[in-house]
Amino acid sequence: MVRYSTTMLTLLAVGGLAFAASFADARQGRENMHETLLRKQKLVGELGLTDLCLFTEARYTRHLSQADLHTPFQDHPMSLDHFPSGSLVSPPNVVRGYE
Amino acid sequence: MNSWLEKQRSIIDFTIASLLRRKGRNLGLLVVYTAIIFLLASVMLFSHSVKREAQVVLAGSPEVIVQRMVAGRHDLISQDYAEKLKGVRGARNVTPRLWGYYFDPTVSANYTVMVPDDRTIAPKNIVVGEGIARARGAGIGDVLAFRGYDGTLFSFSIAEVLASDSELVSADLMLVSEEDYRSFFGIPDGLFTDIVMTVRNQREVRTVAQKIATALPDTRPILREEILRTYDSLFDWREGMMLVLLAGSVLAFSIFAWEKASGLSAEEKREIGILKAVGWETSDVIRMKFWEGGLVSMFAFLLGYLLAYLHVFHMSAGLFETVLKGWAVLYPDFSPTPFIDGFQVVTLFFFTVFPYTVATIVPIWRAAIIDPDAVMRS
Repeated sequence: MVRYSTTMLTLLAVGGLAFAASFADARQGRENMHETLLRKQKLVGELGLTDLCLFTEARYTRHLSQADLHTPFQDHPMSLDHFPSGSLVSPPNVVRGYE
Repeated sequence: MNSWLEKQRSIIDFTIASLLRRKGRNLGLLVVYTAIIFLLASVMLFSHSVKREAQVVLAGSPEVIVQRMVAGRHDLISQDYAEKLKGVRGARNVTPRLWGYYFDPTVSANYTVMVPDDRTIAPKNIVVGEGIARARGAGIGDVLAFRGYDGTLFSFSIAEVLASDSELVSADLMLVSEEDYRSFFGIPDGLFTDIVMTVRNQREVRTVAQKIATALPDTRPILREEILRTYDSLFDWREGMMLVLLAGSVLAFSIFAWEKASGLSAEEKREIGILKAVGWETSDVIRMKFWEGGLVSMFAFLLGYLLAYLHVFHMSAGLFETVLKGWAVLYPDFSPTPFIDGFQVVTLFFFTVFPYTVATIVPIWRAAIIDPDAVMRS
């Protein structure tokens, strides 16, 4: 019968190899996506885009970098930020006056 | 050396046999532990990858954007401002832009409507992002109808759909001609959304921005470096709902792990008593517990990290989609580029594997130094 330690150390070695392979796979993935990234960069340059299209529900999360202090309170002065994405991303430092 | 290795292997054999005797409890621990690492690693890999992608992609965004502010809000800017900006020393390629938002009630989605500077779009034609094409179920040649600012119905023919691999930046874009933009939103000639420009000397960007703020006090210059910094702090772990959710689950796990690791059951105490009675030294008992904690946490880490890697980079971070989507109808269909920060992975390793391993050793040391007879009798 195979010793428990042999099985365990083999499993750990396999896990370690898979861990190392994930870095190699990531490197390959980056190489494969290099052209796509350049295409995206070109489109951004051509159209003058400023933000990622991650949250389209509210204009201050769609264009994070273009938002002003009032955009989350767009409905009325006491209106609280009610879009779910507003709780995932923080306002840019520039808007918060950190810079 | 060989005898030392053989001794460790024997301790590991015993440790695993001991773990298998409490199979259900330890398997439960491994599953919860793996799930926590999976969650933490997924958030870490996803946010880092999106941040890096933003840095690469947005490197092409406008160098300086000038917005006009009225009562703290972004307002339309006139052609005169562009003329004044051309007079600022160092300013180059001053170009007014037209862009805005349109809420499409048909699919309850927000579109970003733009007039492109680099291409000419024929009147009554539009170029749309893949997200819009998908939401409306439309393709090249199809006609989409929208209501303008005064309720008038506008019909646009889709001339082109932007490449699907650029969805992360273009999913909700709708490009129209300037003529259509002005009549659709009722914006008179001579007014624009903002002005973009470049600066002759890269090192003078901040100085030029200061000059603009002085010359045109009701404007706000936004620099490219600020745009990039905005995305550098995206999904900042110190803020937002993500932290609240993660902190809750990590705290719950910490309590669970601490209870499991530090609170020795009567059975475990009895086991230690017997081991000491048959000749095990205190150091051997501690070594056994070290292997127990180390093996469980190493397995949990490897499994959790590998599952997170597959989830984020091979399954497009599917579990996060509902969280990121919020109420948005248009969500880009994208696979994050596998950018991995080795330092973050090492940090995750130290913060997950070490505390658990240490937590298993400390209580066992207290139990291992007491008299075996007393332990067995109690």
